[in-house]
Amino acid sequence: MIAGLGLLVGIILGLMLQPDVPLWLEPYLPIAVVAALDAVFGALRAFMDGIFDDKVFVVSFISNVLIAGLIVFLGDKLGVGGQLSTGVIVVLGIRIFSNVAAIRRHIFHA
Amino acid sequence: MSSGADMTDENPSPPSGRERLGETLKKPLSRGQVTAGVLLAVLGFAATVQVQEIGQSDVYSGQRQEDLIQLLNSLAAASQRTENEIAQLEQTRSSLRSDTDSRRAALEEAHRQADVLGILAGTLPAVGTGIVVTVEDSSGAVGTDQLLNGLEELRDAGAEAIEINDTVRVIAQTSLTDGLNGVIVDGVRLSPPYTIKAIGDSHTLAQALDFTGGFTDAIELPGIGGKVLVKELDNVEIATTRAPAPAEYAEPLQNE
Repeated sequence: MIAGLGLLVGIILGLMLQPDVPLWLEPYLPIAVVAALDAVFGALRAFMDGIFDDKVFVVSFISNVLIAGLIVFLGDKLGVGGQLSTGVIVVLGIRIFSNVAAIRRHIFHA
Repeated sequence: MSSGADMTDENPSPPSGRERLGETLKKPLSRGQVTAGVLLAVLGFAATVQVQEIGQSDVYSGQRQEDLIQLLNSLAAASQRTENEIAQLEQTRSSLRSDTDSRRAALEEAHRQADVLGILAGTLPAVGTGIVVTVEDSSGAVGTDQLLNGLEELRDAGAEAIEINDTVRVIAQTSLTDGLNGVIVDGVRLSPPYTIKAIGDSHTLAQALDFTGGFTDAIELPGIGGKVLVKELDNVEIATTRAPAPAEYAEPLQNE
């Protein structure tokens, strides 16, 4: 309930404020969003499994975002930023898919 | 999957994911919910911002560095080409402009020369400072000799345009002949008194006629008995013109 409300509030805030992304953040924001999505789906799955812990959720959320940003930063420094972000996206995508599959099994029993 | 046996098995065990989700949706507040809400708000905010950023940034934002460099190079080459073209066109323009300028200058020069020559040749009316000489000849003794003498003196003094009796413009080819009761200038019979208008420096012209043994003296000799009146004027108008006489035999010498 509160979680859904929070998501809604965030979207509305983003739509209303329409802030400009600072230049230094520009390469990291998309990766960070995907990493956060992964953490959210992981948390939802853990919730369904009955092992949800808000502390774990917070830590995984923040560390996911930070690590994703770090990987992109490192990739940029090494000159393989594009490929490395693609790799991160792929890995996160796979994780999101598997989490969503588990969630689906819980909800639809299929 | 959901057979009767399973159901009995699940009853003592913790509730299924679906049930837990439903329970949480009904139960409003818990620490976990608030945390999840805050983090999801952050996620929603970031995602929205990113989506809008992609929407407003141009087509190049997603491209690879090499592609961008190539694009930049091609753009630089294109701008180089265009600049060359601009330089060329500017050169053409300046050459055309100088062409026009020189043509205009030539035209102005030609106009100026035409004016000067027109006054000299008597094809244009003229106005300016000069003198009006009135020669009275009661005895009819003034003839070609005296008048020709006077005209020569005026020419020597720099007269630019000369006219006699408001009817004949004196030019290079002018001829004077003695006639009955007067003189014939270029086929026009003129009778005294003669009025000679000359444009030039009025003082010099007047001086040219008035010296010992000069025009005035020659006419006022006792044997001739004429009378000369010289008036220096600021504004002498010579309205008589001549049609230009094309040269029949003489041709300009081409020395260019």
